[in-house]
Amino acid sequence: MRVALFVTCLADAMFPDVGRATVTVLERLGVEVAFPPGQTCCGQMHVNTGYQRQALALVRNHVEAFEPFDHVVAPSGSCVGSVRHQHAMVARNAGDAALAERAQAVAAKTYELSEFLVDVLKREDVGAAYPHRVTYHPTCHSLRMLRVDDKPLRLLRQVRGLDLVELPDAEQCCGFGGTFAVKNADTSTAMLADKMRNVLSTRAEAVCAGDSSCLMHIGGGLSRLRTGVRPVHLAEILASDS
Amino acid sequence: MNARPPAGSARDAVLARIRAANSGVAAPAVPRDYRRTPTVSGEPLLELFVDRLVDYKATVRTCAPGDLSSTLVDICREWTIVVPPSSGLTVPGAVADDGLSHTQLDEIDAVLTGCAAACAETGTIALDAGPDQGRRAITLIPDRHVCVVRADQVVHTVPELLARLDPARPLTFISGPSATSDIELHRVEGVHGPRTLIVVLVA
Amino acid sequence: MTQTFLGMPHAPAGVGHLHGDRPFPAAARDALADTQLRRNLGHATATIRAKRAAVVGELEDWEDLRRAGEALKAYTMANLDELLLQLETAVTARGGIVHWARDATEANQIVVDLVRATGTDEVVKVKSMATAEIGLNEALADAGIAAVETDLAELIVQLGHDLPSHILVPAIHRNRAEIREIFLREMPDADPSLTDEPRQLAMAARAHLRAKFLSAKVAISGANFGIAETGTITVVESEGNGRMCLTLPDTLITVMGIEKVVPTWTDLEVFLQLLPRSSTGERMNPYTSTWSGVTPGDGPQTFHLVLVDNGRTAVLADPAGRSALHCIRCSACLNVCPVYERAGGHAYGSVYPGPIGAVLTPQLTGAATSLPYASSLCGACFDACPVRIDIPSMLVHLRSTQPHPVIERASFGAVAWTMGSARRFRFGEQLLRLGRLIARRGRIRRLPPPLSAWTDARDLPAPPAQTFRDWWAAR
Repeated sequence: MRVALFVTCLADAMFPDVGRATVTVLERLGVEVAFPPGQTCCGQMHVNTGYQRQALALVRNHVEAFEPFDHVVAPSGSCVGSVRHQHAMVARNAGDAALAERAQAVAAKTYELSEFLVDVLKREDVGAAYPHRVTYHPTCHSLRMLRVDDKPLRLLRQVRGLDLVELPDAEQCCGFGGTFAVKNADTSTAMLADKMRNVLSTRAEAVCAGDSSCLMHIGGGLSRLRTGVRPVHLAEILASDS
Repeated sequence: MNARPPAGSARDAVLARIRAANSGVAAPAVPRDYRRTPTVSGEPLLELFVDRLVDYKATVRTCAPGDLSSTLVDICREWTIVVPPSSGLTVPGAVADDGLSHTQLDEIDAVLTGCAAACAETGTIALDAGPDQGRRAITLIPDRHVCVVRADQVVHTVPELLARLDPARPLTFISGPSATSDIELHRVEGVHGPRTLIVVLVA
Repeated sequence: MTQTFLGMPHAPAGVGHLHGDRPFPAAARDALADTQLRRNLGHATATIRAKRAAVVGELEDWEDLRRAGEALKAYTMANLDELLLQLETAVTARGGIVHWARDATEANQIVVDLVRATGTDEVVKVKSMATAEIGLNEALADAGIAAVETDLAELIVQLGHDLPSHILVPAIHRNRAEIREIFLREMPDADPSLTDEPRQLAMAARAHLRAKFLSAKVAISGANFGIAETGTITVVESEGNGRMCLTLPDTLITVMGIEKVVPTWTDLEVFLQLLPRSSTGERMNPYTSTWSGVTPGDGPQTFHLVLVDNGRTAVLADPAGRSALHCIRCSACLNVCPVYERAGGHAYGSVYPGPIGAVLTPQLTGAATSLPYASSLCGACFDACPVRIDIPSMLVHLRSTQPHPVIERASFGAVAWTMGSARRFRFGEQLLRLGRLIARRGRIRRLPPPLSAWTDARDLPAPPAQTFRDWWAAR
């Protein structure tokens, strides 16, 4: 099975370990992973900040990079959400019906990591071991745009040695929201404070999520306060075997 | 007073704006896959009704048809009672409403009525100002409402309830005594409407 | 993306309560610093969220009801002209009088004239979003007519010389101790031994309003639904203040937004299930009143229905935004919104706060505003909306219609250009690595504006020595 890795611009530039971990998990399960070098960014930040027209080139670039593959997998609920729910719309709004159709076709074969593992590969035990106390934050877009439901938790429950603790008010947004974190920094920080309070109440060593962006936000707050709790991406736990 | 209003320019302007905004817009079909027929009947239906009434702090008394009069006398014996003018439901000493003023109604302890229909799933009683219910003011101003519901008036769902009612009549849907949650979302039963609702279920 | 709809005026500025005077981020900053407000809102929204979840969970056909509600609203908007005419005919046939108003100013004038014609200088009011939107109380006051709010929360707001901060619970920002203080200060008939127990406070309101209800000559209400087929107006409430106003006065004036029309009596079966469970978290609210025109010998003998546009047709004219008119004012989206829960309703500067306010207010006013950005796009509002309004998508749409700051626009253009090709993107990644120079122990603690908004509260990890793409190429 030839699968294209859509690493996402954020993981590519800032969190390469997340990309490497995704490759490790997929290859361990016998998947042949390709990295289309033409990929850059899905354009979600542009669309969500009000720059739909500028996002058009990014949508076109994304479609061209991933069109040739059977499956596309990304370690991000948010970027997959953008591909599924925004790309065709951006093309349509720009009057490019042909691109909209191609974007729709790419979207139909694009999966967030936990979806791909559980729904396509039919695996919940991926042979991982991670002997740590971890709490899981379901990111908004994986939860409400993709409806991944409890798939990440089903994967985590099969990880050997993992002590999974429930996060209070887990489904509340961490306050990231892309440029929201800057445009409404005070409200974003207030949301982050509550998320951190809940994370700390679990006494977990690490907070896990399926999006590097939300983890950068939660982890940035946890680091600033020297809490000693680290952010860890779902892919990194699933890739771990020590 | 009821003459047709002048078809002023505001009316024409608003309608013209709507038509312009709607040009090329098609209306969708409305899916009605929600429940419109009962899935509960008989004894369980009445149990559901009672459960929901009690949950919203109504007092419920159940009695057999033959015991209705004595039950009502028992409930009402300490109160002054108003009843609709041509109601079949009454107790000794009750005042028939012959156009009592608001102030006079405010002096009366309780009102005794029947109802038009009731919905078990929501614990709702519907009044339609019928002969055993009277005009709306009499079931509003007195502080206690004693409402007789016959078993055959109870339906399961909201759609069945509305189907039994005539919208041309003034309707009041009552689900428990009046209540407010305006202070810290803390529910307080009994504000302006009757603070006590007693439902007599005749089964 | 920006479209101008000629002949489709927005709600005018200078009248009513839609146009806030401060940007959301600044107003929110003050609200966030109010510890009492944060506590009140956190407690209240958590309580109502739990109640809603419980009663929605009871209905196995909840999603079917939502889909029916969504389609009914879309059907209604598509046939709005005919349905309003049908409503007018039905109300008129049953002895009511129908008035039309293009905007807030016209609606206020109609109501003021109607009240004046009765000769009274005091009216009782049922809580109504439409009358708050158009600023009716102020217009009445200017005409020397006192409007007495009779809903407990509206009374708290009115006596506190305050503004509502929630669609359903306008005084949600006040706690019991604050309410007690307001009552003792503003109610001449309040018992000085009044405690802050909610029951006692509610009873104080009952005593205060009782005489007003029994003697009122004119009442003013809004409408939750107006049924075209039968001319039936519906008001959904809890306390009985609505029933008092709708039953006891001689004259009833109902102000209704044109989007509140519902095609048939049968259609009400959908909304009477969706609304109470979504708003107060009850299976059914304590009282719902319906009336069709005038009933001889029962209730007000004069009934006026004022149909108000005030920017609604401008919303209707935007294909990507018109479903904001589907809103049934349940406020479920406010209660689940993490932004509303923390910033509170006043920060939105409109009678319509929260997620629905962030899409409805800019569309009604047509004014440039920061409101569409007052959301992290977490999507909780869509899941809670009983008529499935896709608020997140609409926020995204509205952001694309707003004017952007020059520097931001240039930056986003530059980033889009860089991201437009993998070669340029890789070059950009190399530049980003310069960030390693300002990092200490793997983290960046301070960045210049506007990115300081991030580092004010959060660290940023140092960029890695090797990007994923370089690692892959070297593997």
